[in-house]
Amino acid sequence: MQSFLNIDHIGISFDTPKGKLEVLDDIKLDIAEGEFVSLIGHSGCGKSTVLNIVAGLLRATTGGVLLEEREVTEPGPDRAVVFQQHSLLPWLTVYDNVRLAVDQVFGKTKSRKERDEWTRHNLTLVHMEHALERRPGEISGGMKQRVGIARALAMEPKVLLMDEPFGALDSLTRTHMQDSLMEIQARLNNTVIMITHDVDEAVLLSDRIVMMTNGPAATVGQILNVDLLRPRNRLALAEDAAYNHYRAEVVKFLHERHDKPRLVSSNPDAGRETQPLPLAANG
Amino acid sequence: MAATDLTDKTFELPWLARALDWLAGDDVNRVAGGLTNALLLPLLGIGIFLLLWSAGAAQVQTSLGQLPGPAQVWEQGQNLWEEHQAARERERAFHERLDKRLQKAIAAGDPEEKLERIRNRQYTGHPTFVDQIWTSLVTVGTGFLLASIIAIPIGIVCGMSAGFYAGMNPLIQVFKPVSPLAWLPLVTIIVSALYVTDDPAVSKSFITSAITVTLCCLWPTIINTTVGVATVDTDLMNVSRVLRLGWLKQTIKIILPSAMPMIFTGLRLSLGIGWMVLIAAEMLAQNPGLGKFVWDEFQNGSSDSLARIMVAVLVIGFIGFLLDRAMLMLQRRVSWDKDAILR
Ligand SMILES: Nc1ncnc2c1ncn2[C@@H]1O[C@H](COP(=O)(O)OP(=O)(O)O)[C@@H](O)[C@H]1O
Ligand SMILES: [Mg+2]
Repeated sequence: MQSFLNIDHIGISFDTPKGKLEVLDDIKLDIAEGEFVSLIGHSGCGKSTVLNIVAGLLRATTGGVLLEEREVTEPGPDRAVVFQQHSLLPWLTVYDNVRLAVDQVFGKTKSRKERDEWTRHNLTLVHMEHALERRPGEISGGMKQRVGIARALAMEPKVLLMDEPFGALDSLTRTHMQDSLMEIQARLNNTVIMITHDVDEAVLLSDRIVMMTNGPAATVGQILNVDLLRPRNRLALAEDAAYNHYRAEVVKFLHERHDKPRLVSSNPDAGRETQPLPLAANG
Repeated sequence: MAATDLTDKTFELPWLARALDWLAGDDVNRVAGGLTNALLLPLLGIGIFLLLWSAGAAQVQTSLGQLPGPAQVWEQGQNLWEEHQAARERERAFHERLDKRLQKAIAAGDPEEKLERIRNRQYTGHPTFVDQIWTSLVTVGTGFLLASIIAIPIGIVCGMSAGFYAGMNPLIQVFKPVSPLAWLPLVTIIVSALYVTDDPAVSKSFITSAITVTLCCLWPTIINTTVGVATVDTDLMNVSRVLRLGWLKQTIKIILPSAMPMIFTGLRLSLGIGWMVLIAAEMLAQNPGLGKFVWDEFQNGSSDSLARIMVAVLVIGFIGFLLDRAMLMLQRRVSWDKDAILR
């Protein structure tokens, strides 16, 4: 099977003052067009690193990423990123933030008027059409994240990469944002990789959940196919047996992983590693 | 608020700052509330200072007579103003006479070359205190502008390229602490060697003073611009990379705006240093500004000299303060971050 996005046995190590730090080892993942995949794992295991390699912001030490059979060598608007900290330009208005991306991507192919319309269209999609002239400092965290998503969507990316997009939001806002995202996803059917540490979010939004083992040398521990019909409704699903089963699977995986570093450190003879793990405390 | 909070704010004049805030377009209500709040204590402070000054001055006998108190200084301040007015009046009268003579000569049918001689006659009065303030402002403005034009691009390149910064850093560190008094002789000689024209548009002493100011106020702007550019949020740089912004667009759209607050911090520091340096430079270079005024009064040694120097000291301080406020106002105008009130 020729996949749309192929994460092909990637590994990466960083040079640190304490020596080489192997963060990822042999991650492989095939993603189909229009698929929504979540990455979940303990903090510091290397989720952002995977996403940054797909985005082209980092180069893998071993292996590589293929998008439509072309190797990813640098960042580009076909792999738009929504960062955890919105990362809007604070000196530009909401409109200008999105317009900057639109001008950059469609400057040659769309007329001025079309670019204006496309900017407004994408901001309407995330329900931000009322705040076009505000600056990031004048809107709430949830609104900023919406604008960040609008900016990414406006690039018409082949893959949308989201790094804990709702992680910094309060739970009520998060719920709204998840519903918004599902609604947009139902319309546009983008290919999405989203990092999350929220189990409900992962199950609710994803077609597949990729669970990563703890670092260092983190890899794919388990992949869960979420076969729930769309459109999904969080209230209806709360009582759904299948939903709760998926949820339990993820929780179980994370819980087991959570214990593992402690077992290693309390019983050094059990593990084969004799050297101290530089990251054991990080998990 | 029992303990004294010693910040750089402590030594400013809050009520004046409020008035200037208002000029800068701040909320009027907030300003009005602050005005009543912050008016009494500063006035009290100034009052106590004046009392101590006049009491202390009465005890000090110098070679030029008694040390002047606030009253004498005030009087000299008025004198200087009146001298300025009188000089202006003389200048006006001179031009009037000249005009009349010209008309008469034209009526008498004098040859063109004689008319030209009358037209070319210049008024040759001594510069007054107010003229000297103006000269100083122009000189410091020139030096500061020149420094900014050089320092900001260097800072940007330093911030973007670690290699370039590594190369520049030793030079910055070594030249930064050099006193203007050490630069001045060098600058004087170099300017004399290079600036040779028969009809100089500006005087050598002006160029020497301005360049000395430039040499001293390059460094804070270079350093702060470097830091501002080097510490642009990595997320924002990643946005730029994802969008594949070109080098120039990245600089204009991302790096410069985000470094702007730091650049302005550097510019404000530079202007402050420039103003201090200028007075010393003018003294030695004999540029007809405030520094020369102080020097001339010192050499003059008349009974009024001390009071006149004190007037100059107060004016120098006050103008320095105004310059800083002007930079702050400018910074607020161009700053995207209205919350970060950088005092
Ligand atoms: N540029 C880097 N240099 C050195 N170590 C890094 C770098 N980037 C990430 N790491 C390390 O890699 C590990 C994984 O980081 P990250 O991908 O951000 O984890 P996650 O997103 O899962 O929380 C962390 O322990 C982090 O310290
Ligand atoms: Mg992360």
